Amino acid sequence: MIPGSFSYHSPATVEEAVGLLAELGDDARPLAGGHSLLPMMKLRLAPLEHLVDLRKIDALKGIKDEGGTLVIGAMTTQAELLASDVIAGQCPIIQETAALIADPQVRYVGTLGGNVANGDPANDMPGLMQCLDASYQLTGKGGSREVKARDFYEGAFFTALQEGEILTAVKVPVPPAGHGYAYEKLKRKIGDYATAAAAVVLTLAGGSCKSASIALTNVGETPLYAAEASAALVGSSLDKAAVDQAVSLAGAITAPASAGRGPTHYRTKMAGVMLRRAIQRAHERAAG
Amino acid sequence: MAKTQITLTINGQQVEALVEPRTLLIHFLREQQLLTGAHIGCETTHCGACTVDMNGKSVKSCTVLAVQADGSDVTTIEGMAAPDGTLHALQEGFSEMHGLQCGFCTPGMIMRAHRLLQENPNPSDAEIRMGISGNICRCTGYQNIVKAIRYAAEKMNAATKEAAE
Amino acid sequence: MSDAAQKTDGEKIEDREANLKGIGCSRKRTEDARFIQGKGNYVDDVKLPGMLFGDFVRSPYGHARIKSIDTSKALAVPGVKAVLTAADLKPLSLHYMPTLAGDVQAVLAEEKVLFQNQEVAFVVAEDRYIAADAAELVEVDYEELPVLVDPFKSMEPDAPLLREDIKDKTEGAHGARKHYNHIFTWEVGEKEETDAAFDKAEVTIKELISYQRVHPSPMETCASVASMDKIKGELTVYGTFQAPHVVRTVTSLLSGIPEHKIHVIAPDIGGGFGNKVGVYPGYVCSIVASIVLGVPVKWVEDRMENLSATAFARDYHMTAELAATKDGKITGLRAHVLADHGAFDACADPTKWPAGFFNICTGSYDIPTAHVAVDGVYTNKAPGGVAYRCSFRVTEASYMIERAMDILAKKLGMDPVELRLKNFIQPQQFPYQSALGWEYDSGDYPTAMKKAMEKTHYDALRAEQKEKREAFARGETRELMGIGVAFFTEIVGAGPTRNCDILGVGMFDSCEIRIHPTGAAIARLGTKSQGQGHETTYAQILATEIGISADDIMIEEGDTDTAPYGLGTYGSRSTPVAGAAAARVGRKIRDKAKKIAAHLLEVGEDDLEFEVDRFKVKGLPEKQKTMKEVAWAAYNNLPEGMEPGLEAVDYYDPPNMTYPFGAYICVIDIDADTGVSMIRKFYALDDCGTRINPMIIEGQVHGGLTEAFGIAMGQEIYYDEGGNVMGASLMDYFVPTAVETPEWETDFTVTPSPHHPIGAKGVGESPNVGGVSAFSNAVNDAFAHLDVTHIQMPHDHWRTWKVCEKLGLTG
Repeated sequence: MIPGSFSYHSPATVEEAVGLLAELGDDARPLAGGHSLLPMMKLRLAPLEHLVDLRKIDALKGIKDEGGTLVIGAMTTQAELLASDVIAGQCPIIQETAALIADPQVRYVGTLGGNVANGDPANDMPGLMQCLDASYQLTGKGGSREVKARDFYEGAFFTALQEGEILTAVKVPVPPAGHGYAYEKLKRKIGDYATAAAAVVLTLAGGSCKSASIALTNVGETPLYAAEASAALVGSSLDKAAVDQAVSLAGAITAPASAGRGPTHYRTKMAGVMLRRAIQRAHERAAG
Repeated sequence: MAKTQITLTINGQQVEALVEPRTLLIHFLREQQLLTGAHIGCETTHCGACTVDMNGKSVKSCTVLAVQADGSDVTTIEGMAAPDGTLHALQEGFSEMHGLQCGFCTPGMIMRAHRLLQENPNPSDAEIRMGISGNICRCTGYQNIVKAIRYAAEKMNAATKEAAE
Repeated sequence: MSDAAQKTDGEKIEDREANLKGIGCSRKRTEDARFIQGKGNYVDDVKLPGMLFGDFVRSPYGHARIKSIDTSKALAVPGVKAVLTAADLKPLSLHYMPTLAGDVQAVLAEEKVLFQNQEVAFVVAEDRYIAADAAELVEVDYEELPVLVDPFKSMEPDAPLLREDIKDKTEGAHGARKHYNHIFTWEVGEKEETDAAFDKAEVTIKELISYQRVHPSPMETCASVASMDKIKGELTVYGTFQAPHVVRTVTSLLSGIPEHKIHVIAPDIGGGFGNKVGVYPGYVCSIVASIVLGVPVKWVEDRMENLSATAFARDYHMTAELAATKDGKITGLRAHVLADHGAFDACADPTKWPAGFFNICTGSYDIPTAHVAVDGVYTNKAPGGVAYRCSFRVTEASYMIERAMDILAKKLGMDPVELRLKNFIQPQQFPYQSALGWEYDSGDYPTAMKKAMEKTHYDALRAEQKEKREAFARGETRELMGIGVAFFTEIVGAGPTRNCDILGVGMFDSCEIRIHPTGAAIARLGTKSQGQGHETTYAQILATEIGISADDIMIEEGDTDTAPYGLGTYGSRSTPVAGAAAARVGRKIRDKAKKIAAHLLEVGEDDLEFEVDRFKVKGLPEKQKTMKEVAWAAYNNLPEGMEPGLEAVDYYDPPNMTYPFGAYICVIDIDADTGVSMIRKFYALDDCGTRINPMIIEGQVHGGLTEAFGIAMGQEIYYDEGGNVMGASLMDYFVPTAVETPEWETDFTVTPSPHHPIGAKGVGESPNVGGVSAFSNAVNDAFAHLDVTHIQMPHDHWRTWKVCEKLGLTG
């Protein structure tokens, strides 16, 4: 498996990169860690003439706590997320999720930006970012704009990213102190994508659920933010009836394809099981 | 397609070369540098037979372009033994604990274990298993590989302790 | 005389034995040094001057007519040297090649493609990048045809005709063909007697037990480098060959190049597991391209090609029946197998055995009468039918009987172990004649089974299972506990030339040794290690037999110019056959050495006795000659009339197969909400007769169990209705990592083979044969208290969950 020929560019700044992308048009693709794009190129499923490698752009790296918002450079790798004290302290669900992505070698190279930007519904971070209500900073030749993760995904491999734009940063609102969280992922083995996965962040007040956010991975054409299921938990004591209702509402928005990981029916059910487990663990964590 | 000049360090030696942009690092190492220790096992980033160390990270060199390695510091299995031929503790451990059979996964497995022990000098068996989960072996069933890595960790820790004393 | 030999004089006998590193010691592997330093030499490491690279154009369709092939755009790519199609091979009569099973297989598709990813054209270019580019530019115009993927529909009256090339052949290599998609019917046993046993039976069971299509998937894929020297008329082929000599013979027969001018070399092989027994279009095309172009040509398949085009295994659909008394004594076995062989019958079996040794399916049990019939059929799937880490169709046979035993136990309300103990062939019955024609050499099954029960605290496990089932019913746990018992008997070491051959060459094997004047030696054998550690273990056999240290014996395999003719390594035949040749070659050396020693000590041969590494004069132990001294003398001081030198060769034709056996127990916990299985415990007791190197045996068992785990719990090469092969990458094909793989607990008993020179039986494949049954029985056992008779493999998450759902167990 050999990729086709292309020209290689390695700009040093975001401006240079978006300039190149604008100039080269749809024959060009940006390259982050490359662990999604390169396999596609080797399968000759991603024909391109120009590859714009973002690895030299320092502005795309790093994790900053900007008072209530974590600003994570798009080229931050999963391994860097796992090693970050800021992430560990402020938003540990990112680490719980990153640790379940692929394998150690892939996590050294795979980036947060690449994971969320390429629109693969099997990726784990898009669902998590929806759960966390993160925003993506998209930069093109004309400037930058922000799009919420919950609005970004339009279909499998179709996103709000416009031609010539790159995703430069992910902005994550820091969940309230004492929040409970869990990412539950069912997979066949290390290195596999999710059969189904669920991300849950919730807060408690006086024994009842004050806020809740639920998103699901790889059970539809896009990651799924489960707004109604989230709402069903709020105000409840996270008792069985409330959880059952949330699971039922979440299940209703799934539409997984039948594949090697199982038929549609199974994967929908597993989304529910993962959600149930995630709620339970998030609840335990929030209750301390 | 025009070739690109790259400069990198491989096993301590500076190397300059011209590569096609699409040249995969594994092919650059194997075909141009004649370092055939790293192998190609799956080409879809699952098996880890092509693992080398690049800038202090284990990478699957079948999913890295040679141009992406420009300016980097690469170590392959050929760079693990000391210049005088003394084996690295991991190489010794794999042999002592029968951690290999056909040998095809071994270079990648050792390179991955090397980085694992740099980051976690005293891993539990479960941490070792998780640490090598990007490397597939079809022969050993992993049990003796875990033992081999534990052997190396103990030996390396003993050496560190001795040096400190 | 050398100082070294003198120095050993005073050593204690135990020290001298230890110094030998012979049979029974866990000698470290001599082959490791190169592998741990990245200096192994695999086929893709072979680089010859001027070498070109070949890549295939493959069919996107499962069944289609080729209307035209246009290679012009590919040929126009700079660096492309040739594009071969069937039209180029046909004048050479190489567009088809004979298979090991008596069929022919298309090298490059001529008028039709018969499976997805079938080889259609072979592009040869300066490097693999250009070859891949050009392969994309070969334009093939196809007309799609109806696809046949379900073997149960192969012989329907209106089934699509697959093999137009043999449509009028009513006789195949193994008798009459009943239908144009039929390959053979193979029957063994006493039909009437068996039917009568069933008619009289108090209890019977009948179940369709399928063993899905899987693939050995060794880490290294298949590859070859062919180099034709047109001036000398000599062809050199490096390749991933488990049986290099057979490849040489076949290449000579196909190409017309005299066999002595063909040099076949199997360098280091990155695992085989049956994948590298057959001859593949890639090998043939690299050879043809090298002959045509006069320069070396390399071919290396990628992983997807490997999984989808070379060497599937199993795809056996077995209807098993047992007849028994109501107290559990089995009175008969009846089985019918529908065997899906894909588009060409390329099964890697000895010539006379179209279903391999499937008739070992009476297992470890004293079953008085049995009858088996196997029908092989064509489908639009890849050819292959290799023995994936087992002897020929033995894991299928063992799986069938071991599942059937559990099904019968359930019907009788008996514990699976109790039923097995009740029906075991007893130690005093060996050599045992089975109802389906085999002579089992030796065994002590009850001892092995009981040891396994004790070591695993079997009764306590059953008690825990009972408690856990009750707790599940009360809603206190969501886990279902299963205990899988498997007791297997293998048949390995093919085999006696009277009934085993490959393309007419008897399945003997060989060893040749040359002992040099200093007492160091080189030995060569006709087998080929793919990771089994032959360089280590054969030297141990020779060390014990001859009395020189294993460290002083270099083992070589794989170069057909230097190694004696042998049939290669598969079917656990290396130790039973070539290992026997090694022992016998050692004895030949020792016989000559004894004559020399008698001459040196000036006594008669009968006055000498052999002790570890030397001959001593009986009653005068101070008078002695070490083997090293004898080796030196062999080159300068010989008895009158004796030929100088110390060399021997042995071609060993085994009198019988060997029959390793074992008792495996697996404990599994299934999450009823997800179908996820956790292997809590796996105990494997193996009896492979005499144990040559316990460390290597344990390693083989670990590896085989891990492959069995993969097969039972997830592996499947699946075709959808359109003939598209699914799951042919390591993303989907379940090759477990260290995280999924359980911890293995190994154990052993020793029942030597009475007919093997050192009593060894072979072990590499036992864990796969026994392991698959143990895992599957464990999953089934988790549901044994419920209304479930048999759950088909693979036991992946969703299939297991589906059972839970059907039973109303899901949350």
